[in-house]
Amino acid sequence: MGILEVKNVNKRFGGLQALGDVNLSVAENTCHAIIGPNGAGKSTLLNCLIGKLIPDTGSVMFDGQSVLGRKPYQINQMGISRVFQTPEIFGDLSVLENMMIPIFAKRDGAFRMHALAQATKEKDIVEQAEHMLESLNLADARHDHAAAMSRGNKRRLEIGMCLAQNPRLLLLDEPTAGMARADTNNTIDLLKQIKDERDITICIIEHDMHVVFSLAERITVLAQGTPLVEDTPDKIKGHPKVREAYLGESA
Amino acid sequence: MLGLDKKDFRLLLIVLIITMLAPFILNPFPEGSGLAQFNAGYPDLMQRFVIFGIFAIGFNILFGLTGYLSFGHAAFLGVGSYAAIWMMKLVTLNVIPAIILGVIIAGLFALAVGFISLRRSGIYFSILTLAFAQMSYALAYSVLTPITGGETGLQIKSTDSPLLSNLADGEIGRANLFGMDMRAGFDISMGDWLFTINAGYYIAAVFMIIAFYLSIRIFRSPFGTMLRAVKSNQTRMYYTGLNARPYTLAAFVISGMYAGLAGGLLVAMDTQAGPERMFWTASGEVVLMTILGGAGTLIGPVLGSGAIKYMENILSKINKDILHEWFAFMPDGLEDFVITLVYPFIGKGWHLTLGLIFMAVVIFLPGGLVEGGQRIGRLLRGKKANPDDEKATQSTPAE
Repeated sequence: MGILEVKNVNKRFGGLQALGDVNLSVAENTCHAIIGPNGAGKSTLLNCLIGKLIPDTGSVMFDGQSVLGRKPYQINQMGISRVFQTPEIFGDLSVLENMMIPIFAKRDGAFRMHALAQATKEKDIVEQAEHMLESLNLADARHDHAAAMSRGNKRRLEIGMCLAQNPRLLLLDEPTAGMARADTNNTIDLLKQIKDERDITICIIEHDMHVVFSLAERITVLAQGTPLVEDTPDKIKGHPKVREAYLGESA
Repeated sequence: MLGLDKKDFRLLLIVLIITMLAPFILNPFPEGSGLAQFNAGYPDLMQRFVIFGIFAIGFNILFGLTGYLSFGHAAFLGVGSYAAIWMMKLVTLNVIPAIILGVIIAGLFALAVGFISLRRSGIYFSILTLAFAQMSYALAYSVLTPITGGETGLQIKSTDSPLLSNLADGEIGRANLFGMDMRAGFDISMGDWLFTINAGYYIAAVFMIIAFYLSIRIFRSPFGTMLRAVKSNQTRMYYTGLNARPYTLAAFVISGMYAGLAGGLLVAMDTQAGPERMFWTASGEVVLMTILGGAGTLIGPVLGSGAIKYMENILSKINKDILHEWFAFMPDGLEDFVITLVYPFIGKGWHLTLGLIFMAVVIFLPGGLVEGGQRIGRLLRGKKANPDDEKATQSTPAE
């Protein structure tokens, strides 16, 4: 039994069968990649996991509990964090504040009206946030506007904001899309380090095969809304069906 | 100090000193001199400065922090006014219960309006709030006449006999604070200068200091951080386990209560209330005040409301005769020409001046008067923007 169990999920947009009978099981504390050509339904599947879309049929269970019908913030409170394709951070706020917000959310829940406390005097929160920023090598930028950072650093910050909540499952949607090679490698290193240091399950959607084969322990190949094969990276590399459907000549 | 860091405490202290000395600061010109008409230190106007300052401070908590532009905030001011005047007509002429009731009723009304309007954001939210405010105005004007007095509004009349007061028959009750008349006061005459000290102004000023202090606390609190997060990125907020709705609703209700406080104080100073207070131009005015002064900054809304109320009351009083007096030194033809040029900008044309200033501020000083002040401050210190300063103002654009 995996920590994330997707069973018989179907999703239709008008005449388009975006997902057809998707079954997926992500084992705890592994890194599971979902790959597939454009339009294979990767993002639709991810959106079904996170509460943005509700599948037409089927079930999505996280740690024995259904996530269907829950709001994104409730799913986050269950222990699932999501990293977006374009980094979603609080651009108008300082880097330190960006890091404090998820820690507040973890401590105080979805809403708490502490309007007369002083944010900078919340010692525990500030300390945790500073510590997190140091481990990401972002401590020097703590008072900078988050929007002013480089793409790579925004990505680091976003991943850090997710980790600050100690999630059990981290979902990444093409975390290196549009990044320079150096930033991509930095992100891979960061994710490897996270995998080694923490008890965390990572589920990653990615186009870049370099990223996938550096990180994933298991890979699911999605084509036309249906899982084609699921196996270890080595087997996937050599799989004829996968070569045909996806990897093509570049593999 | 008082749960504020040094910089904020200094700002609070400056505001405190300026409001307490306002009767002197605002009357810099001696009586009878040609410039005396620029004096703003008379009670009626000073009261407006601080009361609309409160209104704008509250509006800024919603608009400046969360970015939700309410275009119907005058409704809460109006509702607060009606609640306050009924308290004074029926229960007591003491202003404190009236103001408290005004705040509570405005808060409840804001809760209802906010609950519905906050289902949408952006322009749809603005239009919903505008619709609510215009409905309130129309109702107060017509159907609700028994409660609101319709077109004529409500005043305290000789027939009103509040429960907790012992007025003689036919005496018209006056607003008071534990027996002290709002209109009480005295004049200080120093040489050619005349300063008016007025009880009503100081009571309103104390309320503004408290309102300002609370707004600093809110700005600096984790709650304030969350409100800025709402403005910055709601998607990230939801995927961080936070529900943005109750945060925006709380901000909406708080700013509605500030508006109710302003409405209650208006009644306390001048015991009447009418529907025109809820008209959409009144809602627009507080938006102008906040943007003119600097949305999202602490002191901006106070500066903005001061600037607009000053122009409304001083600029609009300049007439052609005064212009002739000023330009009398010029040769006749030139005098007439200059007066023709200046005339559209004064008197009833003060809106034109306001519009031009507003346009100039929005285009050249997007941070409002506060940004202008900061730029001048930097120039005076004779250096280009200190990079640390720059960062600090970026991350916490609030001074």
